Amino acid sequence: MESLDFIEMKVPARAEYVGVVRLTTSGIANRMGFSYEEIEDLKVAISEALSNATEHAYKNEDGEVTIGFGLYQERLEVMIADRGGSFDLQKIKKNIGPYENNQSIEDLREGGFGLFLIEALMDKVEIKNDYGVIVLMTKYLHENEVDINDDQISTTQ
Amino acid sequence: MNLDIEWNDNGKTQGLKLAGEIDAYTAPKMKEALLPLTKHEGTTIVVDLERVNYMDSTGLGVFISALKSTKEYNSDLRLVALQDRVRRLFDITGLDSIINIDSTVRGGK
Repeated sequence: MESLDFIEMKVPARAEYVGVVRLTTSGIANRMGFSYEEIEDLKVAISEALSNATEHAYKNEDGEVTIGFGLYQERLEVMIADRGGSFDLQKIKKNIGPYENNQSIEDLREGGFGLFLIEALMDKVEIKNDYGVIVLMTKYLHENEVDINDDQISTTQ
Repeated sequence: MNLDIEWNDNGKTQGLKLAGEIDAYTAPKMKEALLPLTKHEGTTIVVDLERVNYMDSTGLGVFISALKSTKEYNSDLRLVALQDRVRRLFDITGLDSIINIDSTVRGGK
């Protein structure tokens, strides 16, 4: 079993809370040892997903967005779900496939460059649409590259 | 987590000095300040982003609206003094090729 710290927060689905989640993201990524540039990438990607959720999920009604941070040894997984409700990380992950163009994600596209930026700035992005929209994004720590190199050196001996 | 907007009216040149963060919450405020300025023929709008330390696609969206408006009203939009992080978003999205960005004035951290 992979070691994992999981942090979950819920915020009202309103634009003024995007900045709050961004600050939290910054704190978590900093604690994990991400570089300044990587933290900035994470801040933009997560704000994009959250902006989409606050803008499109609840038309003129109050709602909540749930944000889950999975802190692994070599990566950070961030899940953003816009139908309130607590979620089970392992369970949700089983239902998430790779993003495909034919999926009905008009709402995500509406921001123009939102989803494009998420995909450009994160290492892996998966989207599930069954009940509300769930975006799962992964960013790897660069330290991982050192480990891979170590392995390669040992196998050539 | 806020955006301050300073407006300098110099006739044909309209300056907007922005400071803070441009996101889903503050972008509407920026749009409100910027869009009306684009609606006067022959005007050049210079947006100073030196003190903008965060921006996402909501900001890009406002600049795209403003750019469209300048084409309609025959005015001109220029972005100056972008921090590297903000500049990068224009590069990644390819918007640097359609929006006039003055790279000779570079912003600090």
